[in-house]
Amino acid sequence: MRTLKWILSVVVVAFLITPLLVVAVVSVNENRYMDFPPEAASIHWYTELWNDIGWRNAITRSLLIGAASGALALVIATPLAYVLRTYHVRLSPLLYSLGILPFMLPPVISAIGMQVFWLSTGHFQRIENVIVAHAIFFSTLPLITISLAMEQMDRSLAEAAQTLGANQRTTFRTITLPLLLPAMITGYAAVFVLSLNEYIIAFLVAGFSVETLPIRIFNTLRYGFTPTIAAVTVVFIAVAATVFASFARFGNLLRFIGADPAILERER
Amino acid sequence: MSERRRPTPGAYGVLAFPIGVLLVFFVTPFGIMIAYSFYRRIQGGFYEPAFDLASWQRLFEPVFLDRAVFSIGISLLAGAVCIAVAFPFTFFLTRMRRRPHVALLILVLSALSLSEVIVGFSWSVVLGRASGISNVLVWLGLMDEPTAYQPGFVAVLLGLCYIAFPYCVLTLYPSLSRLDREVTEAAQTLGASPWKTFWTVVVPIGRPIVVAGFLLVFVFTLGSYLIASILGRPEHWTLSVFISDQASFNANVPFAAAMALLLTVLSLAVVAVVFLIESRTRRRA
Repeated sequence: MRTLKWILSVVVVAFLITPLLVVAVVSVNENRYMDFPPEAASIHWYTELWNDIGWRNAITRSLLIGAASGALALVIATPLAYVLRTYHVRLSPLLYSLGILPFMLPPVISAIGMQVFWLSTGHFQRIENVIVAHAIFFSTLPLITISLAMEQMDRSLAEAAQTLGANQRTTFRTITLPLLLPAMITGYAAVFVLSLNEYIIAFLVAGFSVETLPIRIFNTLRYGFTPTIAAVTVVFIAVAATVFASFARFGNLLRFIGADPAILERER
Repeated sequence: MSERRRPTPGAYGVLAFPIGVLLVFFVTPFGIMIAYSFYRRIQGGFYEPAFDLASWQRLFEPVFLDRAVFSIGISLLAGAVCIAVAFPFTFFLTRMRRRPHVALLILVLSALSLSEVIVGFSWSVVLGRASGISNVLVWLGLMDEPTAYQPGFVAVLLGLCYIAFPYCVLTLYPSLSRLDREVTEAAQTLGASPWKTFWTVVVPIGRPIVVAGFLLVFVFTLGSYLIASILGRPEHWTLSVFISDQASFNANVPFAAAMALLLTVLSLAVVAVVFLIESRTRRRA
């Protein structure tokens, strides 16, 4: 059993990490055509990433879409989670499911839906369409993190504030919102990272005029390999690992993904 | 938690915005999709409002059925492979010390957040001829000359497993981390080997969550687009590739809408089964 545990862990780690390592090696390979084993190292492909106007635009565009759709997703998810978890609203399960559903269905469905929606409004191939589509599709994530935080929140704090004369609005602003902030940040970060990586929705909604980073990567791949793609991949992986490592450091990563509280208490 | 208050008019006001946005940008598109699926296609990639069943009838044509059967088959296979590895892995993970535990989770989450295009690209490099694993085998003297393992069926399957595996671990994680330590300890005190404990205690307790995880991975891989188009030949393309290509390059939006609706029904059925399983286990707990 002990050996099995080790073998399995090593196999899984190798499976998850091998492609990342190979790509990292390729990204610092000096030669344009991949050779093995690599002969000389260079950071040429990383500088090209920044100097090439096409790549730079794709990066800034994707960052903008990620940041904006994260904000919009929070604006959708926060009031929904707050009201459904504070009041006894009729049809509450139905309304909650409405918020969960977009993410539960394969993205191609939302993609086609959004495509026909914008086609019929005549407002298509725009960057704001991608922002709205991503916000709707990923709003499920902050909805879940904020709802969980609402459930774990100590209700007596808000009640104390109201006993002391604060009205609903003041209570929300001074008590509830600060307590929800970590969950909101977590949700925002999740939307941001996933939006940065999303392809099919962005492609069908505005792929021919708004070239996001994943779309550019795929378009470049179609015309053959360049090590720049490897460089971009490494940057992506670094960003993702940093975001999650800082969750683990500053937030509570294990609780966020649903660990048993008993595990969290162990070995503190 | 139980004493939730009655909503004030203000609360409904606050609720109006998110619900309104979801109705406009999520429910309305479904209505439009239904309407579009009946539109008549005319030459040159255009279509006109009509009540035409042609797009729905095309769902029964061999071209589509082939794709559907292949998609469902490879997604089921990916789900089975993922669960078979992820279940014991997640079980061990929840019983690790904190440091390796968090480190492995960061690795899993980083893999989860990778774009499909990046996963597809990375595997195409690993399985490719130029600087992939076959070069390592040649270098070690195990092979004569490097070969390419992609595009191909196994490459697509590997790619699908790669994107689904982290997702699968995260689905299994909450309930496996709650699996009572005392149960496994009791079994071992009574003389069962760790191996026997795993098979006779952990697996039966975990069966419902295994089914739920399997179905979620199934739906997840069914939605994959880039993996199959990067790592596969046209005969390995999945339903998502087929749908998206109909919607963009072939410009047959009505047919794409009909297929998307069918996929919705299929996915909803799967999700409903998952919820049923979860609520049943919760009631028993």
